[in-house]
Amino acid sequence: MRIPVVRNILSANDQVAQENRAAFAATRTFAINLMASPGAGKTSLILATAARLPAGVRPGVIEGDLASRIDAEKVAEHGIPVVQINTGGNCHLDAPMIRSALAELPLAEIDLLFIENVGNLVCPAEFDLGANRAVVVASTPEGHDKPYKYPGMFAAADAVVLNKSDVMAVFDFDLDFFRRGVAMVNQKAPVFVVSCRTGAGLAAWVEWLSDQWYT
Amino acid sequence: MHELAVTEGILKVALEAAAQAGGPRIHAIDLVIGDLSGMVDDSIQFYFDILSRDTAAAGATLRFRREPANVTCQECAAHYTAQPPLMPLCTRCGSAQLRVIGGRELRVESIEVEEQP
Repeated sequence: MRIPVVRNILSANDQVAQENRAAFAATRTFAINLMASPGAGKTSLILATAARLPAGVRPGVIEGDLASRIDAEKVAEHGIPVVQINTGGNCHLDAPMIRSALAELPLAEIDLLFIENVGNLVCPAEFDLGANRAVVVASTPEGHDKPYKYPGMFAAADAVVLNKSDVMAVFDFDLDFFRRGVAMVNQKAPVFVVSCRTGAGLAAWVEWLSDQWYT
Repeated sequence: MHELAVTEGILKVALEAAAQAGGPRIHAIDLVIGDLSGMVDDSIQFYFDILSRDTAAAGATLRFRREPANVTCQECAAHYTAQPPLMPLCTRCGSAQLRVIGGRELRVESIEVEEQP
C-alpha cells in the first residue's frame, strides 16, 4: 500500500529555521548566512564589513567551524560579540546549531548578525538556518569556474562577493566568465568584486547590505 | 558530503508518515533528489541501511527519482538537462546566455507499507 507523503527531507531543520527567523525578527536582528570554500575570506569579509558599518549598527558573529576557535578569537579581538560552534566534523551548520548558539548571544544588542558557515561549497546550501539573506563569498585564487562546478550554492545566494580582486591578474581570473556562471543559475544576485586586503569595492557591498536590513 | 544529515531526514519523514498510518512496516521509500544537490544515491542507501536498523523502516528499499536541472538558451531557445559541472556554452548554438532552473529538490514523495489486517 502506497502512502503519499510529499515532504521536504529537511523539514525538521526547516521548522527550527522558522523559529530562528522569528527570534531574529523579535529583536530586529538582521542575519546573514555567509557561505564559501575554506580560505575564501569569510572572516576577513566580516571584519572588513564590521569596520565600515554605518554608525550605531552593532554587529555580532556566529562562527561555524569543524574545530578550533581561531576565527572566533580573531573576531573577539575587535570587540564584536561572537559565539563559536564547533560542528565536530559536520560539513555544514544546521538550524538547531544556530538555535543553541542564539542562547549565548546578546541578540537584542545585535543589529547585524553574521553567521559564518563551515567552509564548503556543497552542503551548506541545503540547510536553511533562518537567516534573512544568504551570501556566497568566492575568491579569485579559487578560479572562475566555481559557479559552474557548484551551481547549487550559487543558486541559493542573495548576493555573491568575489574577494581578493587585488590578485585577480595573478590567477588569470576571467571575471566575465565568472559573472556569466552566476547569472546562469541566479539572475537576482548582485556580484560585488572586492578586496578585503585593500578595501577596494567594499563600499558598494556595505551599501547593498545596509539597504537590506530593517530600518 | 552531507548525505548523513539528509538520510536522517529521510528516515524521520518516512517514520512519521508510517506512524500516522498506524505504524506499519515500510517496504520502500520514494524520493525525489535534485541533480544540483550533490547527493550520491549509493551513499544515502549506505547510511540508510545503518540508521534504519531496529526501526519500522529496516530493510526498506530507497527508490530514487532524479530531478534534472533544466537549461534554456536565451539565444536559440534550446532546452536540455544538465549536471554539474555545467557547460558554459549552449550545446546547440554556442551562446553563453544560458538560464538554469530546477535540480534542487530533496523530497520524500511517498512510502510503500505492508498491508495491515
